[in-house]
Amino acid sequence: MLILRCPYCGVDADETELAPGGEAHLKRFGPGSGDDDFHDYLFTRENPRGVHFERWRHAHGCGKWFHAARATDTLQVFGTYPAQTSEPPKEVLALIRAARPGWSWREFA
Amino acid sequence: MSTRIASHGRLIDRNTTVSFTFNGKSFIGHAGDTLASALMANDQMMIGRSFKYHRPRGLVASGAEEPNALVGLGTGSRFEPNQRATTTELFDGLSARSQNHWPSLEHDIGAINSLFARFLPAGFYYKTFMYPRSFWKSVYEPFIRQSAGLGQVPTERDADTYEHFYAFTDVLVIGGGVAGLQAALTAGRAGAKVLLMEQSAHWGGRAPVDGGTIDGAPVEEFVEQAVSELEAMPNVTLRNRCMGAGIYDHGYALGYERLTDHGPAQPGPRHRLWRIRAKQIVTATGAIERPLAFAGNDVPGVMLASAMRDYVVNYGVTPGQRVIVATNNDDAYRTAITLHEAGVQVLRILDARNSGGGPLMSVARELGIRIDCGRAIGKVKGGKRVTGVSVCAQEGQGGALEDVACDAVAMSGGWSPVVHLWSHCGGKLTWDDAHAMFRPDPQRPPTGADGLGYVTAAGAANGALALDAVLEDATVAASAAARAAGFKSKSVAPPQGAASPEAPLEPVWLMPRQAETPLRMKSWLDYQNDVKVSDVQLAAREGYESVEHTKRYTTLGMATDQGKLSNINGLATLADALQAEIPQVGTTTFRPPYTPISMGAIAGEARGEVFQPIRKTPMHDWHEAHGAEWEPVGHWRRPYAYRRPGESTHDAVMREVKNTREAVGMLDASTLGKILVKGPDAGRFLDMMYTNMMSTLKPGKCRYGLMCSENGFLIDDGVVARIDDDTWLCHTTTGGADRIHAHMEEWLQTEWWDWQVYTANLTEQYAQIAVVGPMARTVLETLGGMDLSKESLGFMEWRDGALGGIPVRVYRISFSGELSYEIAVPASLGQALWDKIADVGAAYRIMPYGTECLHILRAEKGFIMIGDETDGTVIPQDLGLHWAISKKKEDFLGKRAQERSHMTDPDRWKLVGLETTDGSTLPDGAYAVAEGVNPNGQRNVQGRVTSTYHSPTLGRGIAMGLVLHGPDRMGELLEFPGTDGKTYTAKITDPVFYDKDGEKQNV
Ligand SMILES: [Zn+2]
Repeated sequence: MLILRCPYCGVDADETELAPGGEAHLKRFGPGSGDDDFHDYLFTRENPRGVHFERWRHAHGCGKWFHAARATDTLQVFGTYPAQTSEPPKEVLALIRAARPGWSWREFA
Repeated sequence: MSTRIASHGRLIDRNTTVSFTFNGKSFIGHAGDTLASALMANDQMMIGRSFKYHRPRGLVASGAEEPNALVGLGTGSRFEPNQRATTTELFDGLSARSQNHWPSLEHDIGAINSLFARFLPAGFYYKTFMYPRSFWKSVYEPFIRQSAGLGQVPTERDADTYEHFYAFTDVLVIGGGVAGLQAALTAGRAGAKVLLMEQSAHWGGRAPVDGGTIDGAPVEEFVEQAVSELEAMPNVTLRNRCMGAGIYDHGYALGYERLTDHGPAQPGPRHRLWRIRAKQIVTATGAIERPLAFAGNDVPGVMLASAMRDYVVNYGVTPGQRVIVATNNDDAYRTAITLHEAGVQVLRILDARNSGGGPLMSVARELGIRIDCGRAIGKVKGGKRVTGVSVCAQEGQGGALEDVACDAVAMSGGWSPVVHLWSHCGGKLTWDDAHAMFRPDPQRPPTGADGLGYVTAAGAANGALALDAVLEDATVAASAAARAAGFKSKSVAPPQGAASPEAPLEPVWLMPRQAETPLRMKSWLDYQNDVKVSDVQLAAREGYESVEHTKRYTTLGMATDQGKLSNINGLATLADALQAEIPQVGTTTFRPPYTPISMGAIAGEARGEVFQPIRKTPMHDWHEAHGAEWEPVGHWRRPYAYRRPGESTHDAVMREVKNTREAVGMLDASTLGKILVKGPDAGRFLDMMYTNMMSTLKPGKCRYGLMCSENGFLIDDGVVARIDDDTWLCHTTTGGADRIHAHMEEWLQTEWWDWQVYTANLTEQYAQIAVVGPMARTVLETLGGMDLSKESLGFMEWRDGALGGIPVRVYRISFSGELSYEIAVPASLGQALWDKIADVGAAYRIMPYGTECLHILRAEKGFIMIGDETDGTVIPQDLGLHWAISKKKEDFLGKRAQERSHMTDPDRWKLVGLETTDGSTLPDGAYAVAEGVNPNGQRNVQGRVTSTYHSPTLGRGIAMGLVLHGPDRMGELLEFPGTDGKTYTAKITDPVFYDKDGEKQNV
């Protein structure tokens, strides 16, 4: 029963208000892409024990999609931000780096 | 015998008697008794039989940790199995019955299992019930079902009501013993909003039983003062009979309040589930005494030493007259002293420690109690009741030094902090060697959203067992919690607790240490699941090293008590067998709830009509009044058919189909999803959403479209109408509206967020009525107001206008193959238009039809239905819908996936029609068998039925199905074995059974 702040409406939303959407910052591969790229895009996920970037929708609230940077082991939340971006905000990355030196996630470190 | 004694009994009112029944027999207890203490007062020590061996079992504990004394409580619609007698407060008229026996508690046939105990070791079920396969259904499963399961399932609906309650607090204190009270005082005085919960009816926990003083006064005085101070604080809420059930992510906690269990005549809900958000949580949940593992430690009359003390002090009852105490620590001496003071004869204290104990031992000795050090119980004698023990040396194999007749045994193996709530959300433990116990590791608490701990353990739950340490620890814990919640506490010295100092305990995991096999096979670890020392040792010999695996193999700790008494003894036994250290073996995972909570409390108010709201169309009441038989479709209710007097449902459906084909029918289509998509990029967006081209659709026209998921599977279909240059209206399936709207929003917000598109789900804004059949145009023209001729409104076109004076939008689309109009009106005008059409149509034999008629009409035409022909694994190409997949578009959702090798595999099953050779109707979901069998011995298959109906139009059964190479095998016969024992033969045909050229709809 997490609490995540919706970056659109500012509500500290209980998990019951939210719908999960899996891993964030996926790059879409469409027609013309190779089999491996497309397979990875559809199915391969990080599933880390540690900091993860996730998609959530404020489904029973404003209806907007947002991203959360959350540690799956400690449940610490480093920040939430609108989904209209292809990379995490710099300040969120800085917080994670400070808390977990040497951390990396896909191309981000 | 067990009996009420003249002294003690601080919780009972001897002036008030309460009558109750146990297995139909009437008994008398006192107000303030628990069912357990009242049974003990009536010499009813045997309360149930064990789960596996049906051994006689009695009370072991006095609280939530009790493994044996589970009873069925109440009768009829208020019957509930597996209720602990120890936590059931007695009330007048209480009715309880024992469990796990047949035909009676005294004479039980299943007890024969006990004679074969050596053939029923750990893993017996896994090893025995494997082969042959055919035995599962006829032999093994009935046997296991008969012998498995605790108690009986209620047969009636629960007559009680339940509720949920949401609460927000700064500091939640779980446990109302002296630690919890002191913690609540500390946090409350600091100004924090405090919620204090205690699972029992009484404040103070077990400290008033254990004795000692606080600030020079008896413990009870401190408890009284603390409660009255807390009650006077406006920022503090106290709840007794309210258990902290679980701790979850980010400070979420559940409380389980039993409001009327102690007096069922009271009005109001029976249980209340507290759904709490706390900034900080203090777990002051105390500690639980551990049993000792010796042979016969499950015979009724063998109890935890602290529990025996509880029964004497709290309820004035004793389990026996001549008691033997076995211990490895000083605390059990308190029981011996209490029993002695209550006039119960204490025959021996068998102290496993060679050097014995501290000051408490001296007190006992001065009272004249005989104390034997370095001694152990070799074996308890007796079946349904303790009759004696044989005494042996702890450092031996069990050779009897002496036999002593007695009628009760008090045992103490030391104490384990209740770390459950600390552990629920990830708090870690550390092994305390001095006290031989796991306690919370303050360095590794459960962490919240800020990455910092939000749970603090206090008092005995934190490993502080002595009274002075408890009070100091609780003060420190609550100060820290209040500070973390934003409240600074004034530093006030904690009250001074004083109790007898204690000598160190000596861990004893088996009594005697070298007990021989026959003794180990009678030394119980887990009473409720009948797991013995020998079972855990066997698991270790068979290679089970992980405590989690051993738990599942032996079922240790898997019963309803979740191993409150057995966990530590079990893993110590495992560690010993593996020659490993206890902390290396570790504990199993503690999961909420702390004790079982009622299903009613979990459901709360969500039952019956309010379980789930029903969606109704504007014409719902009319359907109801006209014989509608309802079909749930998503949250909607749609008429399945309209039965007339004397008609069967089947008759009604057949009539509706014939009438629609021959004259005219009307359908409430309001439940279809209607999603408006608007904006400069709407066309481009819909080209991505649908497999076909929507951007080229002209205003005023309609197009049937397919939607796929990104991995290619067909997820929805429907007709799209272009309203104007930048506006489209997308119809979805009834069940798909919310899902498809969310699907569109997901892609708009997270992938193409720079595209200028808005979506709106207008499903409930419009009522929609389909008028279908050869007379459809005539009916609507009679109604008047619009030119609906073929020239003015062609197939797959729409127009705005008015019919019978009502503003409408008319779509000329068909899901039946008939001349058909779907008419949308604002929802508030739906019933008015429906009435007018029914009125005018009467002259043309118009009849309403339901969803089953709709299905038959579409199946006769070979139209697919999402959820019938699709199941999440089907792509449009499987259904012969290539014509609806654009070849011009560079991209759409699912396009890339449909190029994957598995999707283009020519062996994918494809849609065909199926015609039975004898005109019968194929069973739904039946498989077409192929030659040979698969590795599981089942027939190979080559296809399956997806839709099947009796067609009144054609006078025979028709079906659609997915068949291997189906479209290339026209005319071939397939066999479909049914679950009715018959085998159906059907010919592969074209899926369009009726009016292949579409002449009827294009008039
Ligand atoms: Zn929001």
